[in-house]
Amino acid sequence: MSLHPCDAVTFFCVVNELNINTSFSAGRLTIYLSGELDQHEAQQTSTCIAELLDEYLPRDCVLDLSALSFMDSSGIAVIVKANRHIRTIGGRLWVENPARQALRVIDAAGLDRMIPVESGRVGGYP
Amino acid sequence: MKEQNYIKMEFPSKSSNEAFARAAAAAFAAQLDPTMEELGDIKTAVSEAVTNAIVHAYPDEIGRVSMRLRILEGQVLEISVKDWGCGIEDVEKAMQPLYTTGGEDRSGMGFTIIGSFMDKLSVRSRPGKGTTVVMRRRICPRIGKR
Repeated sequence: MSLHPCDAVTFFCVVNELNINTSFSAGRLTIYLSGELDQHEAQQTSTCIAELLDEYLPRDCVLDLSALSFMDSSGIAVIVKANRHIRTIGGRLWVENPARQALRVIDAAGLDRMIPVESGRVGGYP
Repeated sequence: MKEQNYIKMEFPSKSSNEAFARAAAAAFAAQLDPTMEELGDIKTAVSEAVTNAIVHAYPDEIGRVSMRLRILEGQVLEISVKDWGCGIEDVEKAMQPLYTTGGEDRSGMGFTIIGSFMDKLSVRSRPGKGTTVVMRRRICPRIGKR
């Protein structure tokens, strides 16, 4: 499937047990991660996110973790890496709707001190 | 503390075994009737410890990783993850937040997360000999069930 930027386009790919879906609209790229994100999936996930950021060059990027059933500190590294990448292209990134287990990991790692984490509502920059 | 049940397993240090290890730990812990949150904490701690063994103990080879789970009296789950890999030079330093030798693919938060999710954490290691991580978590009895 093509990755060319356009409004309301949806891209889908599978990285083993982790699914990545995206939607792009009005300069905002939303990346939906679902399944389990551990070290086994981390490198491929980071590569996939970097390719999406380079392709869409979004102003805003949302990582939607509402369907992520498991994440460990490897997921923290993926998010930090994605944030570092989007900064190099002049955009900004935040995390939205982390599922309960992922939110506990985010809290324990103190990720919300580095990257905005919106855990209660959908849409809008926190 | 008196042991009431246990399992032991050994697997090669392949990252594809991380999901299996945490699922096995969760299945064993289920007999303590944990909440979903407790189960999530156990899976996370196991994933961190097993990942450490896979990534850091055997950076250039596939080695052995052993995991033992015990149920001790008082609803306590004990998890030991052992490897015979390169070991840790300075355990105290390795347990500091953000410390990692794994480059940008690692967050350096593994031990910090284990420490906040488990009641007890101990790490014993000798360079060239391997590392043993022992974690304990008491599972709260549910009211009306015990």
